[in-house]
Amino acid sequence: MLLNRKYIPVLVTFGLFLAMFAAGSFRYTGFFSSQVLLNLFIDNAFLIITAVGMTFVIVSGGIDLSVGSVIALTTMVSAALVQQQGWPPSVVIPLVLIMGAVFGSIMGAIIHYFNIQPFIVTLAGMFLARGLCYVISINTITIDNAFYTSAAQTKISLPGGSYISVSVVIALAVVLFAIYMAHYTRTGRNVYAIGGSEQSAVLMGLPVARTKILVYTFSGFCSALAGVVFTFYMLSGYGLHAVGLELDTIAAVVIGGTLLTGGVGYIAGTVIGVLIQGVIQTIISFEGTLSSWWTKIVIGLLLFVFILLQRVLSERRLT
Amino acid sequence: MSNRKPVLEMKGITKSFPGVKALTDVRFRLFPGEVHALMGENGAGKSTLIKVLTGVYSIDSGTISLDGREVAISGPLEAQKAGISTVYQEVNLCPNLTVAENIYIGREPRRLGRIIWKQMNKDAEALLKERLNLQIDVTLPLSHYPVAIQQLVAIARALSISAKVLILDEPTSSLDRNEVQQLFSIMRKLKSEGLAILFVTHFLDQVYEMSDRLTVLRSGEYIGEYMAAELPRFELVLKMIGKELNLLEELPALSEETKEASGSVMISSEGLGRKGAIEPLDLQIRKGEVLGLAGLLGSGRTETARLFFGADRADKGRLVVADTGQGVSSPRSAISQGIAFCSENRKSEGIIDDLTIRENIILALQASRGWFRPISRRRQDEIADEYMRLLNINPKNPEHIIKNLSGGNQQKVLLARWLLTQPKLLILDEPTRGIDIGAKAEIQKLVLSLSRQGMAVLFISSEIEEVIRVSDRIAVLRDRVKVKELGREQMNQHDIMQAMAGG
Repeated sequence: MLLNRKYIPVLVTFGLFLAMFAAGSFRYTGFFSSQVLLNLFIDNAFLIITAVGMTFVIVSGGIDLSVGSVIALTTMVSAALVQQQGWPPSVVIPLVLIMGAVFGSIMGAIIHYFNIQPFIVTLAGMFLARGLCYVISINTITIDNAFYTSAAQTKISLPGGSYISVSVVIALAVVLFAIYMAHYTRTGRNVYAIGGSEQSAVLMGLPVARTKILVYTFSGFCSALAGVVFTFYMLSGYGLHAVGLELDTIAAVVIGGTLLTGGVGYIAGTVIGVLIQGVIQTIISFEGTLSSWWTKIVIGLLLFVFILLQRVLSERRLT
Repeated sequence: MSNRKPVLEMKGITKSFPGVKALTDVRFRLFPGEVHALMGENGAGKSTLIKVLTGVYSIDSGTISLDGREVAISGPLEAQKAGISTVYQEVNLCPNLTVAENIYIGREPRRLGRIIWKQMNKDAEALLKERLNLQIDVTLPLSHYPVAIQQLVAIARALSISAKVLILDEPTSSLDRNEVQQLFSIMRKLKSEGLAILFVTHFLDQVYEMSDRLTVLRSGEYIGEYMAAELPRFELVLKMIGKELNLLEELPALSEETKEASGSVMISSEGLGRKGAIEPLDLQIRKGEVLGLAGLLGSGRTETARLFFGADRADKGRLVVADTGQGVSSPRSAISQGIAFCSENRKSEGIIDDLTIRENIILALQASRGWFRPISRRRQDEIADEYMRLLNINPKNPEHIIKNLSGGNQQKVLLARWLLTQPKLLILDEPTRGIDIGAKAEIQKLVLSLSRQGMAVLFISSEIEEVIRVSDRIAVLRDRVKVKELGREQMNQHDIMQAMAGG
């Protein structure tokens, strides 16, 4: 019973997702299909990838505000190198992934060694990465490279006539890897330990510095990977891509049951958190007449509810 | 026992911090299969010594040997690897992880890099059962269990790292009686298995119940190593406090005239207590009376004061201010009912470093008036002048920045701040600690003259002579229990020390 309590936020989130999907299915014809469900993954693959990295950061007790800007920078660098310089994607994609990881590791090192709040360091990273986009170009750079267009258009057929995109495969691979890392590797458990009590982790002799830097490195890598996927999705590089995405990501992670105070959270919950945002958008598009800003309103309300739920649950745990 | 070789030996340990010598040429040794208590009052250097052992601090000079080999301990991880594990009063584990993880994290059983949870849980269960007689669900998060169990889990972690030396730093402070006994039986078992245990506690009963050997530190210096069975409690206390028996002459009371403590009751507590702070106690303070609270560090002196001021919430009994018939629920309500509290932490809870003497003095008065009714600058100057003269604060310039003042003068500024609010009850927690003799005498005199004007004073001090000198009545605390109350004529150092030491 008590063991189950830590799953309550995740279960509530999952139940909510099912309820929303069911409600949509009853209300709109054509809603209840596997393709609508799969489209949630297709449209939000980049958000899932970003949110997985963010989950580790938040579990470790930190925050990463730079993810949206890193995505934009990745699209921009990719587009500039592929389109304007004519570099092959086989070089560009590994390069941008390394760039994202290095960017994250620098922020992690600053956070740890100078003992500065993650909020302010990653805020600086956010401005820096966003600003660098405009150094490359202030305009959209459209990509018509064959590899990118085929990655964008390839449909992987599933039994039953539905399909998924390459991005979904990448996102699911990231999710599986992250679940394994979180629960079955020492590094993953160290992240949870640091989030539970950093001071204790130090006294228990855990490699706190290495783990914290790794967490931000992984988040930077995930953002860059999400940027690559986003490039497949948008087929362009632009400095205004993914504006405010860091907040959508944090919302997804929190709705997925991860405590902002650190130490508690599940990758699976985060995925459901992303899907909930997706299902709200889908409902609104099926409704047809509602403004898409209703997504924000519902997400806002959900966040309130979930933060309160977490507070109630964590307080009961103390008594 | 002495022909065996010590598992741990520290020699000539010296450690300085900027401006302070925390440890001077300290020795310490620990034999396998013994419980060795490290004793000393506040500032004796106990925690510094432990932090040296656990690798949190590096030493300036001296040697540390384990099993006869000299070692350098550069950090918590190295200390653990060398076989020195520490269990702190505040459990330093991760509450969000399971019991099993807390024992094994960093050393989880793995196959090809993959953590084998099943084996980890099984190992944890077996370890807890065999070494600590504890059968609990190791897959639950640590936060699910009470502190006593969490401490045992911390000990289990230490044992699983194959510790040779186990340091228990104030492990019993937040445990109740049964939990303490459970811990003790485990300590005895581990001792019989050959583990060397360094035990730090300020409960004398527990020291004598558990320890084979004692080392006493005082002001960062090594006083001596004794067998517990051969050192009476009373002498231990003398060594900790730093008095020789023959020096304990009766000091004359500061004032010849004996006051009559005939004022009406100002404040009284009935069964007032708080778990882990002070056992329920009855205490009355009359108007115009100085009540001294004597007791060793950790006996519950400060905790009692904090309950009287509403700084901590009592969970048992009640406190009644006679004039208003009300209790004290918060510092605000205490202040509004005329209670003032001079904390023992002058630096952190008292003075505001970068403000002037004048600004520090008027702070409490301004707060009680509310910030929308500022005190005029002229009035401020008058007040500052008056109190600086009254308390003889140096330097005479009220615009002096307070952090540059000596400790004694800072203390007087704090006193001025509270006197200005014209309290009916003044609580002084260690008002003379770390200040010179002259200033001490002035503060003692002031306390007496205030009480003659009808103010009730609760006076807390580690210095027994001082308590005797200013108090009309003394309550003695030991291990968080009020053990004795002495009137003016019954006071002598010997009896008070005896009561503080107990046994």
